[in-house]
Amino acid sequence: MTRPADIVSPGSGAPQAPRRKQRFLPNLFRTTAFKLTAIYLVIFALFAGFVLGYVAWNAKRLLDDQIRSTIDAEIQGLAEQQRLGGIRRLVNIIERRSRAPGASLYLVTTPVGERLAGNVEALQPGALDLPGESEIEYSRSSDALDSPSRAIVRVFVLPAGFRLLVGRDLEERDRLGVVIRRAAGWSLLLVFVLGCFASWFVARRVLKRIDDMTDTAQTIMAGDLKGRLAISGTGDELDRLALNLNAMLDRIGELMSGMQEVSDNIAHDLKTPLTRLRNRAEEALRTAQSPDELRGALDASIDEADNLIRVFNALLMIARLETGRINDSMAELDLSEVVSGLAELYDPLAEEAGLEIVTEVTPDLRVLGNRELIGQALANLIDNALKYGKPTGDAAPVVRVAAGVVGQQIELSVTDNGPGIPEADRGRVLERFVRLDQSRSKPGFGLGLSLAAGVVRLHGGQIRLEDNAPGLRVVMLLPEAPPKPVETAGEGALPASTAQTNPAGLQSA
Amino acid sequence: MRLLIVEDDAEAAAYLVKAFREAGHVADHAADGLQGYAMAEGGAYDVLVVDRMLPRLDGLSLIRSLREQNDATPALILSALAQVDDRVKGLRAGGDDYLPKPYAFSELLARVEVLSRRRAAPASEPTTYRVGDLVLDRLAHRVTRGDSEIPLQPREFRLLEYLMKHAGQVVTRTMLLENVWDYHFDPQTNVIDVHVSRLRSKVDKGFEHPMIHTIRGAGYMVRDTTR
Repeated sequence: MTRPADIVSPGSGAPQAPRRKQRFLPNLFRTTAFKLTAIYLVIFALFAGFVLGYVAWNAKRLLDDQIRSTIDAEIQGLAEQQRLGGIRRLVNIIERRSRAPGASLYLVTTPVGERLAGNVEALQPGALDLPGESEIEYSRSSDALDSPSRAIVRVFVLPAGFRLLVGRDLEERDRLGVVIRRAAGWSLLLVFVLGCFASWFVARRVLKRIDDMTDTAQTIMAGDLKGRLAISGTGDELDRLALNLNAMLDRIGELMSGMQEVSDNIAHDLKTPLTRLRNRAEEALRTAQSPDELRGALDASIDEADNLIRVFNALLMIARLETGRINDSMAELDLSEVVSGLAELYDPLAEEAGLEIVTEVTPDLRVLGNRELIGQALANLIDNALKYGKPTGDAAPVVRVAAGVVGQQIELSVTDNGPGIPEADRGRVLERFVRLDQSRSKPGFGLGLSLAAGVVRLHGGQIRLEDNAPGLRVVMLLPEAPPKPVETAGEGALPASTAQTNPAGLQSA
Repeated sequence: MRLLIVEDDAEAAAYLVKAFREAGHVADHAADGLQGYAMAEGGAYDVLVVDRMLPRLDGLSLIRSLREQNDATPALILSALAQVDDRVKGLRAGGDDYLPKPYAFSELLARVEVLSRRRAAPASEPTTYRVGDLVLDRLAHRVTRGDSEIPLQPREFRLLEYLMKHAGQVVTRTMLLENVWDYHFDPQTNVIDVHVSRLRSKVDKGFEHPMIHTIRGAGYMVRDTTR
């Protein structure tokens, strides 16, 4: 694939490659995937730490309990022996037990603190003064005094002031603690490393797809309008985004080709009369013998120019309609009056063409709209009907102009009994400059229907071409004006009689 | 008639000045809005022809400023903008007529002459228009020529009324469409011609001197040719 950066800055291809590699890492920290993974990682590590801590604390407590109950049991047993056999017997038992492997800690002292028996060589000072349970430091042999061990001990005061100390070394428990801590450390490290790896993997995947999208977008911007974003097929958010962007690109493409078509049409349909105009002037210059001939050629040229101006005006108007920004000049208007007036305006023309205009107009139809635009649209339809609607068979030579309410809408229709338009062409004739072959011989530019369609769309209505069998029926559906609460007569609602005092016709605003 | 043409395009202005002078009028030229305003302020002109887009002060503001000074000199706006509501904006600013570019000079001339006449005309309209032996009674809605009454349809009556109101002046097809039918769009075909020829067949048929004249390349005029 061509990289867009090459297209954007041609001739600087060499420095592009390192830049592309460089940008990955800094970008990684900025990606959403990375941020999300980091957050999950921290949460997961906290959670794991909490669980391990809880396990460790529980294990310690369990061991401590076990130690305590062992000590209690031994003390009770030894106290019993002392009660039965006196201190001597106790000393003997302790001497014996002290030598057993893995023995508990024992110490028997006189009331003044002299050691009588036991396997404890040194104690932290004052340990014997505290009856009950405590955690202390001790040594088993005199040569290990420097590195004391830890133990849980219990001191029991025997009758006559002798003291008995029984304890258990804590090395085992501490070793377990170390094991658990180490396990916790390793798990956290593992979580972190795996998490980092996963985040890098996920972020890279997402980043790569987004980078691909960016690249495609750049190629499209650089002029490859056919380019489309890749769809992975998983139907995830990125796929949906890509699908939507592709649909948007398709729509833009349609509009672009529409524009292209229009400008081609304009070029063709305006070039033809311009060429005619030019040829006529040239020929007059070359051949005209008398001022009258020159005058005639000039008159014809002016007519041709006027026609061109009309095409331009119609095109501009259609373009304006398509941008849909004339809300300023919308006002409530009496459509019935517009329709009847137009039918009357065209009546003599129809008569000349051997046709009759029949009107079926429901009175007082109110529409929110631009009177001139609706009038122009309807005039175009009537004009078309008069031009092309002459019956070929024995149908009545009638053009029917009707306006009435259908549901919530106002239906405006112009119907003729002429040859009609084949169904396949009905959508096409609404486009600009489309003229059917049968009509090529008649004057016109193929803009009338597209202008009408533009007007109807602008008013939020619909236009339909129907078969009148025989003939064509063009239907414009316009939304009915909402009923007005108060008589707020805008400029559009002024009575028509003001035309006398105001020749400029402000009331048609 | 004294005219002020406010137009920044020197070539177009020179063409207009020349053409109006050839038509027998006095035409002055201002090249920008402020100069135009200064020249028009004294009220020395019968009609102002104002381009809409002007340097320093645009045409609509110029007219609005004049109207605020209670200067009612008729003003015609020329505009290259083809917006649908452009004309309405121009008229709202105080313009009396509006002509989109490009225009035929005959159209401009006819409109300017009507505007200047309107200024000179008395405030109240006469109830009867009389041109030669053709009489139109606006109150009774009756038209007579000589001794015979001419029956007319309501729209034909209004058409003749407008033509007679501007008797001796050229009235273009667009002016008729705008003022008699109140339509401001392109009717595509020569509808007006057909209506005028019908009216003519009623008003002029059988009489020695026609009243309704076709002015080539411009429009129509009602005129008494016997005097």
